[in-house]
Amino acid sequence: MAADDEMQVIIGLEVHLQLNKLRTKLWCSCTSDYHGKDPNTVLCPVCLALPGTLPVLNKRAIDFAILLGLALKGDIQKETFFYRKNYYYPDMCKNFQISQYDKAGGVPICVGGELAFRVGKEARTVHFLRVHMEEDPGRLAYDGSITSSPVAYIDYNRHGMALLEAVTAPELRSPEEARAFLKKLRAIVEHLGIADLGLEGSMRCDANISYKGHSRVEVKNISSMKEVEKALTFEMMRQKQKIKGGGEIVQETRHWDEVRRVTISLRTKETEKDYRYFPEPDLVPVAIDKKMIDAARKAMPELPDARIQRFVKQYQIPEYDAGVLCDSKAMADFYEASVKLYNDPKDVSNWLMGDVSRRLNEDLLEIEETKITPDALAQMLQLIKEGTITGKIAKGLVKDMLAGAKPADLVKKHDVKRIDDKNVLDKIAREVIAENPKVVEEIKAGKNPRTFEFLVGQVMKKTRGQADPELTRETLKNLL
Amino acid sequence: MCMAKLHETTATELVQKLSTGETTPVEVMAAYLERIGKLEPKIHALTFVNKDAAMKEAEKAAKELKGAKGKKKPLMGMPIIIKECISTSGIQTTCCSKILQGYIPPYDATVVTRLKQAGAIIIAKSNMDEFAMGSSTERSCYGPTMNPWDVKRVPGGSSGGSGAAIAAREAPLALGSDTGGSIRCPAAYCGVSGIKATYGRVSRYGLVAYANSLEQIGPITLTARDSALLLGIIAGKDPADSTSVDMPVDKYSEGIASLKGVKVGIPKEFFGEGLKADVKAAVQKAIDKLKELGATTQEVSLPSIKYALPTYYLIAMCEASSNLARFDGLRYGMRVDVPKGNYDAMFSKTRQEGFGPEVRRRIILGTYALSAGYYDMFYVKALKARTIIQDDFKKALAKVDVLAGPTMPTTAFEIGTKVDDPLTMYLEDILTVPINLAGVPSLSVPVGSDKAGMPIGMQIMGNFFKEQQVLGVGMALEDVLQFYKKIPPLAGV
Repeated sequence: MAADDEMQVIIGLEVHLQLNKLRTKLWCSCTSDYHGKDPNTVLCPVCLALPGTLPVLNKRAIDFAILLGLALKGDIQKETFFYRKNYYYPDMCKNFQISQYDKAGGVPICVGGELAFRVGKEARTVHFLRVHMEEDPGRLAYDGSITSSPVAYIDYNRHGMALLEAVTAPELRSPEEARAFLKKLRAIVEHLGIADLGLEGSMRCDANISYKGHSRVEVKNISSMKEVEKALTFEMMRQKQKIKGGGEIVQETRHWDEVRRVTISLRTKETEKDYRYFPEPDLVPVAIDKKMIDAARKAMPELPDARIQRFVKQYQIPEYDAGVLCDSKAMADFYEASVKLYNDPKDVSNWLMGDVSRRLNEDLLEIEETKITPDALAQMLQLIKEGTITGKIAKGLVKDMLAGAKPADLVKKHDVKRIDDKNVLDKIAREVIAENPKVVEEIKAGKNPRTFEFLVGQVMKKTRGQADPELTRETLKNLL
Repeated sequence: MCMAKLHETTATELVQKLSTGETTPVEVMAAYLERIGKLEPKIHALTFVNKDAAMKEAEKAAKELKGAKGKKKPLMGMPIIIKECISTSGIQTTCCSKILQGYIPPYDATVVTRLKQAGAIIIAKSNMDEFAMGSSTERSCYGPTMNPWDVKRVPGGSSGGSGAAIAAREAPLALGSDTGGSIRCPAAYCGVSGIKATYGRVSRYGLVAYANSLEQIGPITLTARDSALLLGIIAGKDPADSTSVDMPVDKYSEGIASLKGVKVGIPKEFFGEGLKADVKAAVQKAIDKLKELGATTQEVSLPSIKYALPTYYLIAMCEASSNLARFDGLRYGMRVDVPKGNYDAMFSKTRQEGFGPEVRRRIILGTYALSAGYYDMFYVKALKARTIIQDDFKKALAKVDVLAGPTMPTTAFEIGTKVDDPLTMYLEDILTVPINLAGVPSLSVPVGSDKAGMPIGMQIMGNFFKEQQVLGVGMALEDVLQFYKKIPPLAGV
């Protein structure tokens, strides 16, 4: 059997992007704002597909698709068709899904395309096979895990929402890459303004995973970017173990069980579904002319790559920093709003990439999911600049600020202010020197310059970080 | 107006009498409801009679007719029968299938909305072959409809309820739907008129789909003139149906000034093997009448229509297999619960018990034909054949104004004689399905009877969106033939 490091995994993703920035669903005039509504209340005869109803294409959905296609450098097709994908499942009111197809005469709205992104410092490019449009089915919910739930609940509110499915070539090489790729894709989609991917279920994935020389497994039901890494990691481990144990990978479709954090087999190749695609007779072909494409080009907003370059130029920050900030539209927007209020771009960027991001990562949150405002951040930086608080004090405020607290209120509430009273500092410095005779000796002998910083740290500790660091150093030096 | 004479009145005449006040909506509604009460036990054309609601609507219409606004509505107070597969808000729409028992739609089909706006009142829903799959109206979960001319015989199908009801004068107007002849066949067998308009002329929104790319809703009435009146109300672009076409609706009721100079093509393939001698003779006589009225005739050929039947059945079954997938018992209609079973078991059991054998047959065949490995062999080939058939019609209609030929190869057959033999039943459609494949309009008008007294219909087919011409020829012909004045004996009360 091949050794671990010789085993090359190949991953392809089918990313479903829900166009929830459309005002209405794909075929009817029901609002697309169904999130948080009571189950089965955002419905009409058309999206419930009652007998006799017909779909009517939301024309703006095509405009949105053209925007994404152009942003991904794909070929927008002159004429595109809808096809029926036939299969029985309780989340679909018609027991077929109106989708697009790239075989049997079908033409998806966009063919090809690519996306450049970074994994850490490495630059990568992944290609797309196509971007096609389809309708979202309803949502099934279970009591706990799918395998043990005695019932399935159906909420059709989501039924008939517009989806774009971006299908990549099998070019991703690790779960980390997949996540980085998705992050960039998400940033692009959000900059285009075609979807708010922070909403539950608005970015879902199916993943094709295989090890070189072995069969391919499709994992369905990955419901968010956060789940992708987990699902891929599990499935890779499962396959690797099987291969190492001399077993064979079965070509099959598996289901990612978020609750149990495992993939479970849905069906194997023998029972693979035959979707019996054929052209949707209730819809007419969609012609996309130069005018529509020109209009999309004109409406094209600034995309992450261009924004990164602008940040470098306008704010004089390193490209890496600009890249990290522009990974998320909300973060980039937050940055620019903050700089407007506190004109030190480097400082703002350091804080956002540093302490703010660290906190966000710890809590697995995006900045738009918290209550921190550019105003609060600017206020905090201003307090540091004025000398009211130290950087160290500020670090301690970030957590509360994410919960919506204003830095000025926090300073008052916790009585955390910079100590710059020389007499006070002098007293504490003397205490520290007296308590650490050995260290003082070392410093005097000039053995290790770092030991001096240890004393600074001790002063900080005694003052709960409120001592002014420069004054503390000065005082200690004088005393020594 | 003497209500005893109601059965001698056409819809066009009745509209006139209502607007002049010679009769009232209440009087009309009461009289037709009475006829329904008497005749239904004999012909069973209807599945639901909207008795109380219709009377209330008639009372409202009577009041409205006294004002200026009401007089402007073209069908004010006119009772109309709607086929069971056309969605009517608050009234059962079952496609005469067990699987839709209990389903009451919350919305009106676009044609129904337009009829209501025009002042028409739904008096009843009519019987049909389950999901419009049949040519005899024997395959309804409510039991068969009888032909008013001979209750031992079928009324044709699938809109046999509407055809029989019009022939029996149970209402002045009715709607049917035509996927492969389902309006024209019962019109021919029952001795009434019916038109399938150009594909895209009438909105399909609210028509429960059997084969989307082929079907149209259309009028079934006593005369071609009545059909023109009704088509004028229901035709026109509908934003809710992407396949409806944005073309001006002509003044169908005006017909054409004269048959002088009208070129009538006689497709020789319509007079081939299997055509009953009586039918051939009656149609020939009608064509002669057209000539007498000033039309010229010439033989034309539609060589590819020999492929029409398999082409039609492939496309229709493929589309049906997908269209009917939504009937699974989960959201509406009948459900067979399977204790401890999963949804798959419930779906299967519900569909097995809910669909009749012909519907199951077509779903299975359509599913098979769309399957991997067969798609190109069947569906793609059928689409190609369809284009060739359409080209035949285009070529023929480039030379002539309209085409004329028999609607059905025979006349109404006896109930039970073909229902167990699907292939023989499919052959019934040989002259009607080519028109649906081509998408052109076709009107069936009665032109005579066979030796047994069963009516014979003739099709007048035209070019795309030339409904006015087709109807004009039909009106000119009916004015001289006056078949509509013949009343089935059982209905002459």
